[in-house]
Amino acid sequence: MISIVDYGVGNIQAIANIYKRLNLPVKIVRTAEQLAGAERLILPGVGAFDWAIGRLNKSGMRGVLDDVVLSKGRPVLGICVGMQMLAKRSDEGALDGLGWIDGEVKKFDRAAPTQRAYLPHMGWNDVEPRCQDCLFKDIGATGRFYFLHSYYFAPNDQKMILGVTDYGGAFASCVRAGNIYGVQFHPEKSHQWGIQLLKNFAVM
Amino acid sequence: MGHPALEEFCGDVTMLRPRITPCLLVKNGGLVKTIRFGNPRYVGDPINAVKIFNEKEVDEIMVVDIDASVYGKEPDYELIRNLAAECRMPLCYGGGVKTVEQVEEIISLGVEKVAISSAAIGDPQLIAKAAEVVGSQSVVVVMDVRKVKPPDAYELFIHNGTKRTGLNPVDFAKTAEDLGAGELVINSIDCDGQMKGYDLPLARIVRDATNLPMTVLGGAGSLKDIAALIELFGTIGAAAGSLFVFKGSYRAVLINYPSRSEKDALVPRACQAVV
Repeated sequence: MISIVDYGVGNIQAIANIYKRLNLPVKIVRTAEQLAGAERLILPGVGAFDWAIGRLNKSGMRGVLDDVVLSKGRPVLGICVGMQMLAKRSDEGALDGLGWIDGEVKKFDRAAPTQRAYLPHMGWNDVEPRCQDCLFKDIGATGRFYFLHSYYFAPNDQKMILGVTDYGGAFASCVRAGNIYGVQFHPEKSHQWGIQLLKNFAVM
Repeated sequence: MGHPALEEFCGDVTMLRPRITPCLLVKNGGLVKTIRFGNPRYVGDPINAVKIFNEKEVDEIMVVDIDASVYGKEPDYELIRNLAAECRMPLCYGGGVKTVEQVEEIISLGVEKVAISSAAIGDPQLIAKAAEVVGSQSVVVVMDVRKVKPPDAYELFIHNGTKRTGLNPVDFAKTAEDLGAGELVINSIDCDGQMKGYDLPLARIVRDATNLPMTVLGGAGSLKDIAALIELFGTIGAAAGSLFVFKGSYRAVLINYPSRSEKDALVPRACQAVV
């Protein structure tokens, strides 16, 4: 069973609809009680860093979320800002991140010679997988994913990078530390490739 | 030597792709298509259209409620919620958005981007306030532009093209960028529904003055028009209304969209032009 954490941010219903169409069990959780028994979690996200983490902190689910992910080791997938929140901090905000993955969120440096591209990074781009099975099973290097962001996750350990995307320079578009996964793109808005990735997360 | 943006775009085949975006107009809860912002013609049901566009794997979709800003109506949150849940591609909503609270509400319904136009032109600080809450990437500024007599050549219009502003679109585009907009949509009122091609000189002056992702709307009548835009600008948004809802010279309503191979064919052509 997939539990989508509804803290008032991100496209919860679109993710739920994809799982329903795949005939995979899914529920939307809004309270600590509903969250406590979760087996596999999705942490969606759209919007600014402080706005999103602020809402999560106020949702009443924060303590249980830490317990489910860190103590019980349940798999979790952070999407977009949901991925960025896995870091300790962000250039975009003043609030602390969840700190579940050692790293920080940085702004693309438009002035740097390798990053002259327009910001935000908006549209369909490729992801080069750095793993054989995992999230990119049956997608490989052919997947196209929708990105919408000006900040990117910079993990301190390169081994945590599961996927790389080029936008005026390479950045980590997918990260993993143990049971904790994050994708910068929006799989729920990436047609067949995103649907496959969400399926992979549910069954692996 | 070609245009620098295009060289960068073509230098690496994995570079960001152009976005080809159907733009749907909503009036009285139904989809319509206009000509030069007038003569709205009913073309179908919005949710049904989204379902068809899902199957066609469109790059993103833009839905604008053309009643909301003119009549000062509140956005139709129920419609927006249903659209966001149905869309398997990113959704940009516009129409009647006047406050930061509305922007926040719309984003929390699962919409990726909110388009603001009249209200942002009336109070540009709205752009900054919205970007602070939901992030620049989700704040789209739509500029409805009409050709006027020199020296300005172009002027911004509001309230669905009915009201002059006296503002130059290039100046306002720079203001929007400085205040934290994440995308500019340049909509040519003169070209709307004409299906005779985009206003490329208008796109050029805004592109050269700004560094934001940009989408051009108004006038696309064929994939050739989109190809011409991509050849000039590389990674850019190409939006269209009529092209994706009408078929044939009698403008029969038929939702259509290029296949993946047709879309990919638009990109190498652009890169060949640079060599």
